[in-house]
Amino acid sequence: MAFDIRNPGLATTVQDQGRTGHYNVGIPQSGSLDQYSAELGNALVGNTAKEAVLECTYLGPVLSTDQDALIAVTGAPVEVKVNGEARPQWARLQLKAGDELSFGVIQGGTRYYIAVRGGIDVPSVLGSRSTYSLGAIGGFHGRKLEAGDQVPVGSPLDGGAVPDADTVPEEFRPAFSKEQTVRIVLGLYDHRLTDEGLDNLLNGEWKVTPVADRMGLRYSGPGVQWKEREQPFGAGSDPSNIVDAGYAVGSIQIPGGTQPIILHRDAVSGGGYAMVGTVISADMDLVARAAPGTSTRFVAISLDEALVARKELAELKRNARAAIGAGG
Amino acid sequence: MSSSPEPAVMEARYTWGGDEFLFVEVAESMSLAANFRVMSIAAKLSAMQLPGIVDVCPANASLLVRFDPDVLPPSTLEETVRAIEGDLAHHHDHSLETRIVEVPVWYEDPFTAEVAERFREGFHQEPGGTDIDYAAKVNNLKDAAEFIQRHHEQPWLVSMVGFVAGLPFLFQLVEREKQLEVPKYLSPRTDTPKLTVGHGGCFGCIYSVRGAGGYQMFGVAAAPIFDPAQSLADFKDFMVFFKPGDIVKFKPVTEAEYNTIQSEISAGTFHYRQVPVTFDLSRALANPAGYNQELMEALNGV
Repeated sequence: MAFDIRNPGLATTVQDQGRTGHYNVGIPQSGSLDQYSAELGNALVGNTAKEAVLECTYLGPVLSTDQDALIAVTGAPVEVKVNGEARPQWARLQLKAGDELSFGVIQGGTRYYIAVRGGIDVPSVLGSRSTYSLGAIGGFHGRKLEAGDQVPVGSPLDGGAVPDADTVPEEFRPAFSKEQTVRIVLGLYDHRLTDEGLDNLLNGEWKVTPVADRMGLRYSGPGVQWKEREQPFGAGSDPSNIVDAGYAVGSIQIPGGTQPIILHRDAVSGGGYAMVGTVISADMDLVARAAPGTSTRFVAISLDEALVARKELAELKRNARAAIGAGG
Repeated sequence: MSSSPEPAVMEARYTWGGDEFLFVEVAESMSLAANFRVMSIAAKLSAMQLPGIVDVCPANASLLVRFDPDVLPPSTLEETVRAIEGDLAHHHDHSLETRIVEVPVWYEDPFTAEVAERFREGFHQEPGGTDIDYAAKVNNLKDAAEFIQRHHEQPWLVSMVGFVAGLPFLFQLVEREKQLEVPKYLSPRTDTPKLTVGHGGCFGCIYSVRGAGGYQMFGVAAAPIFDPAQSLADFKDFMVFFKPGDIVKFKPVTEAEYNTIQSEISAGTFHYRQVPVTFDLSRALANPAGYNQELMEALNGV
């Protein structure tokens, strides 16, 4: 079974939970940027959280299915259309062979997900089906989808029953707000900022610029100041430079002290810019939902508080799955 | 003896990258000793195969560890790495089982020249000249030929792999005062040819894939270092060629030799000249040129 891609949309890629274990040679994590939305899409069609989905960016694809298919569209709010007729989002939809799926204009956020029962069945590369475009590995031939692609859909795994409920209850759908509070753990090279620089980071209003993609999001705002120093041997000449080091996923770098960049799942694995803190794992999906213009405040919390937030997100996912009637 | 002995390695700085990353800064400055310490900690930590360790990423003078805090509490991880660091401080046998690899390079090639021409005004310090002329000048060398000579006559250590898939950062195995240092471009390019041999600060690199980059461009490596299709013999086990700790000897090739290598790659017969070596840190620090000669002679038998 396959999806026939009639129009690929802006940047539609195959993604799953991501690829770990190869960051030491520069192969990034990849995977659905908004893991929560992708996972609930999978849950609605009776997949495990591991199956690959299609991640759509702003402008979705037009595709048809060559066989009957069970799908769900989750993530950023968008009008879902089957043969031109509006259908609900965050809901399980039955497609008949030959049906055409298309989308209206995105109403907020950045990315939405098409989950299909059986999952997108491209070959697994280094343990994941996720697309890493720069390295041309994973996904559909290592790239975003193009018109004419026949994207294979797998057979449902044994024991993956379709859940009782056919929609995700409202209270378990994330907000796609133009205002966000993002929790970070300060550290790495935050001691290199002046007091005023740190104050700007934590008390300033930052706006997501249009320079935001799977690699990272750039923010405009008051800027920060780095302490002047004699640069160590091997670091660059700017006070925001360090001897090239590994970058934590979610870490915030501020090249030249102007625009902070949050690194996301396809980011470079290292480089020579000092990082001042890291978005907690529980808020990475939130950052993924931030559209350009989103007003953002960064709030510093402790590592222990970050671990509590991590547990809370895991519990929210469990409760959401239970509300749908999906397994484990 | 070296005229500038490496400074003693200080105690590392431990800090958190959110709830999934531990960052261990072994030194603020780049040095062979610091890099060796990073690689030693990384090797010992990896060998422990601790449940909950996701990625162990040695970098030039720091180490990044990704972990799953649901399996491995942060405090346990930190205690473990600190214990490894403490053991190594009392351990004086600093040797590394590795390999030396000959990497053919076409210096002053037309591919990087074409891209460089598109990024001059506003990007480069000396828009009227070439990257390599600029590099020679800022290192007080006579001309490009002397820079190229200095670039390939002594070997380099792969001090880190990353940025993008399979990209090696290279640190030349010479005294600090002989290190080639070249500022990066004033503003990064949006394009760099695949396999560009680049340089920024004290680091060399080989761009594994085409894309953005800020390093000066001197030439192009003749053979792949990242092969997702794993079609060549050197990539049979893994799509990435380089590992931290590899030693690289650049070999200048002519256009004709470059083309011969392209034919071998197409025919699937190309393989790198390489041989296993034991790298001894104390000997490398005590007499870099003499020890390098010994390392490079190992390639003669291949």
